[in-house]
Amino acid sequence: MRVLKTMLRQPSALFGLIIVAVVVLMALGAPLIAPYSPDNQMFDGLSIEGAPLPPSAQFLLGTDTLGRDLFSRLLFGARTSLVIGLVANGIAVAIGLLVGILSGYLRGAVGGLLMRFTDLMMAFPALLLAIVLAALLHPSLWIVAMVIALVNWVQVARIVYTETRGLVERDFILAERSLGAGHLRILFVHILPHLMPTAIVWGTLGIATTVLLEATLSFLGIGVQPPQPSWGNIIFESQSYFQAAPWLVFFPGAIILLTALSFNLVGDALRDILDPTQRGRG
Amino acid sequence: MLLLILRRLIQTALILLGVAAITFLLLYALPADPARMIAGRSATAQTVANIRRELGLDQPLLVQFWTYLQGILQGNLGRSYAQKTDVGALILARLPATLILMAAGIFVEVVLGLIFGIIAALRRGGPVDRVVMMASFVGVSAPQFVVALLLLYVFAVTLGWFPMSGFGSAAHVVLPAATLGILGAGWYARMVRSAMIDVLNQDYVRTARAKGLSSARIVLRHALPNALLPIIAMIGIDIGQFMGGVVVVEAVYGWPGIGQLAWQAIQQVDIPIIMGVTLVSALAIVLGNLLADIIAPLIDPRIRAR
Repeated sequence: MRVLKTMLRQPSALFGLIIVAVVVLMALGAPLIAPYSPDNQMFDGLSIEGAPLPPSAQFLLGTDTLGRDLFSRLLFGARTSLVIGLVANGIAVAIGLLVGILSGYLRGAVGGLLMRFTDLMMAFPALLLAIVLAALLHPSLWIVAMVIALVNWVQVARIVYTETRGLVERDFILAERSLGAGHLRILFVHILPHLMPTAIVWGTLGIATTVLLEATLSFLGIGVQPPQPSWGNIIFESQSYFQAAPWLVFFPGAIILLTALSFNLVGDALRDILDPTQRGRG
Repeated sequence: MLLLILRRLIQTALILLGVAAITFLLLYALPADPARMIAGRSATAQTVANIRRELGLDQPLLVQFWTYLQGILQGNLGRSYAQKTDVGALILARLPATLILMAAGIFVEVVLGLIFGIIAALRRGGPVDRVVMMASFVGVSAPQFVVALLLLYVFAVTLGWFPMSGFGSAAHVVLPAATLGILGAGWYARMVRSAMIDVLNQDYVRTARAKGLSSARIVLRHALPNALLPIIAMIGIDIGQFMGGVVVVEAVYGWPGIGQLAWQAIQQVDIPIIMGVTLVSALAIVLGNLLADIIAPLIDPRIRAR
């Protein structure tokens, strides 16, 4: 509650929260709000020459090259983006937490090995790796989510590792240990709760990265496959037509940008509130 | 110092070995069968089997990996399945274009990042600072391919200032480099700002002010050199980030670099090329970090002393 109140006082965080709420409502209410079915290839959705129609009263944001309503497709695309954002990023944060805690707590051979593996993953160009994996795996929504999770956990692991190392040295852990607490109790009751702010902050910032990554993969034609609408594949489908119909790139592009920006703003505000030592840092 | 560099070099070699192993395993585990891809849809089982034998794909996994490693050590990255030529040569032929694009992109990033980062730090908390920080957030949140398409639409299609795509003149570099640079500048601006704020609060800067030095001199001669360290580390990391972005930007602008090569190879399941580009990218990332580690003590005596 305190967190929410503080956020509502900052204009940029408030803006972020509002857009996030709008996107969530779009995704949840898509079937109710959408004026047409996202897959309906309408006869009157194309001009006489067969070209897509610009925004009008009938088609709020215009139509695409197959005569489908762009506004309806964007609404259903919000579902795709958010589902992938939550699933992929949830898995990434979970893997990152697990690897980070274990390597920070265990030290020794196992901890060292885990950290070397993380270093190794850092040397992979993330986007290139995601592109290679997605291209060769016959992509679907879930595959895309898996690929993104596989690429995105690394950063979380590094940060959690550093924090765990610091926590393990603290007196209250030493006290707990001398009282006879087992490893599991120390890990879950004493260390994990201290890592929750980090998990929440990176969980939020990570959704921005995930939305961008999903859009990029779909734009390259190796993400979510049409006809299932995703903001990235809407642009993929119409990119060769964008000179004649720029709205087909502009509107999906704008909503990708707004969504990523909002999650970044909310994540940044959360970091300031939950971890004051990082205030005003990159 | 020498010992440090030697240790880092050994680490670098180990990391590259790991990257090669992981890439190899991943590609081996994938369902796509290169022999079938090369043979085409209508090929007989016999043809596919022949191709598989010819490429050594019927050998056990470890044997294949060992052959591959031996090749790398001799500077041989294998032969492309589809183009039937040496992968190393293909990558080398494409590398200059990508390096030009990267250099131009990083130049745009660093210059914009420095200018706006310094301005924001000097006007900390004011409206200028807030606008710059907001803009940097927009930069890091914008999808590269959308910005690439929009720049293309505005400056190539509508205004006709720059060519649509291709390679060859200085005008061709502007839009791709701007796409990479403008978006990346966001990170640099935030980084420069926070580094400058740290430095500007230090005693020696106050002393310089008390001596009556001009504001410009304090910033450029006294504060900036000390704020440069994180920026150099950032460039090292950035080289790696670029390798992914380069695929997208080269695809949109038809830029004939290794990103485009990788993109074509992915569609043809040309595994030797994919492996080669991944290795070269990993090498670039590791070398970028290594270079940053070596340059840092050269410009900052405090690190040398450690």
